[in-house]
Amino acid sequence: MLALLVAVSLILLTAYFGETPSSPLHNVQRGVVEVLSPVEQGASKVLAPVRSVAGWFSSTFHAKTQVKQLQQQVARLTNEYAQAKGALLQNRQLTAELHLDDSLNLNSYRPVTAQVILRDPTLWYQTISVDKGTDDGVGLHDPVIGDGALVGEVTEVSATASFVTLITDHTLSVTARVLDANGDTGELVPAVGNPDELVLQYLQPPNPGQVQNGPQQGQLVVTAGFKSGPLESYFPANIPIGNVLPVDENQLLNNGTIQVAPQANLRSVDVVQILTKPQPGTERAQVP
Amino acid sequence: MSNAVKLPIRLILLGFFAVVIQESAVSQVSIFGVSADLTPLVVMSIGLLCGSLTGAVFGFATGLMIDLILVQTLGVTSLLYIVIGYWAGRLHELRDPSHELVPLVVGAMAAAFAGLGMAVIQFLLGVDAPVSLLLLQQIFVVVLVDTLLALPVYALVRRIVRPVLPEDPRRRRRRAYTTGGLSPLQQGAARRTTFTRPKPL
Repeated sequence: MLALLVAVSLILLTAYFGETPSSPLHNVQRGVVEVLSPVEQGASKVLAPVRSVAGWFSSTFHAKTQVKQLQQQVARLTNEYAQAKGALLQNRQLTAELHLDDSLNLNSYRPVTAQVILRDPTLWYQTISVDKGTDDGVGLHDPVIGDGALVGEVTEVSATASFVTLITDHTLSVTARVLDANGDTGELVPAVGNPDELVLQYLQPPNPGQVQNGPQQGQLVVTAGFKSGPLESYFPANIPIGNVLPVDENQLLNNGTIQVAPQANLRSVDVVQILTKPQPGTERAQVP
Repeated sequence: MSNAVKLPIRLILLGFFAVVIQESAVSQVSIFGVSADLTPLVVMSIGLLCGSLTGAVFGFATGLMIDLILVQTLGVTSLLYIVIGYWAGRLHELRDPSHELVPLVVGAMAAAFAGLGMAVIQFLLGVDAPVSLLLLQQIFVVVLVDTLLALPVYALVRRIVRPVLPEDPRRRRRRAYTTGGLSPLQQGAARRTTFTRPKPL
């Protein structure tokens, strides 16, 4: 009996691992999610007070350590906001003059607010389940934001629920840009086992004499968003992701990598926004 | 309804609710930066109470359900939980440990096996991202938190399962030895007044 159970597990593992997302085992999994999602939503609502009480204790202990850090951040961001406001106005004018493709603009997405109903406790699968699905316009690979920053991407979707793979999951990578003098762009991947850190790799190493123009601690990292012919990034440009952690110059010059702290608190995010893209033919014409 | 029918029903309900409560509530509460994982503790408790075969089947079913509802690679969690359930059951069958702290130790080992086993399987399946050494620290903290929860979880599972468990002959023999051959219920009043422990041989 034991050998049979082990054999079934190994067969499932092997079959699932080599299958495409439209294969029978994946369909069974989607069916189970579809059937159980109302139960999960109900359980999530019933157990919300328990989570709130536990979360309150956790937040209170954490809040004191954050006050000073947040005060410094507010001062820095106020300064940056003033600069960004001017740049935005200029950008709008130039975009209109040059007739640039606006389809990757964040404003072209419709945010759908969703509640987290399940969370994977393991350190390896950093996924959450939310209570919105295709019935609400959610599609596969839609970007998901929470706490004002990128949280992840929709990787499984049913009629009433969706699974979001977080940016700290080892299967997800994002093309990201550092808002420094050079606008350095690289691939953002998680540091598996450390949910408070991401690794921005494949950066163009700065010249040794011009390190100050490269990434610096505290600078904002945003999604790069690209479009090249039929290839298009799942993530629109300029969604904040996190801030650059203290830069190790040797690592930057030799490997082209820096560490980034995610801005969203991925362990305690309860409400997220799924950026759904309007389906072709559903946009409304507007007279200017 | 006989106990032979009641036991599987209770185990199915216990497994279902354990997974739902774990994923809907417990995993969303952060303790020392990690989430407690009660499911290996429930599997361990069933193994300790019901034996190796029941433990292994319960572990397989619970693991499969987790993999299904969390849209993970099927078979990974069930493979780990089969071992936890079977191993805890074998401990019960071979040694029948009666110390109150046994669930604490077995729970810690179950949590450590689940954490490290998952890491090994993930490495075998391939990891596309750099792995931080903090992973070991995180696994350690999860094991610590699970160890603290092992006794209450075991007590709760025992409360649910014990009334429908078949009588274990070894437990009956042990009780006869420590109570002078009578059930504690039958000689309760006598014990309160003139209880004398049998002399060691």
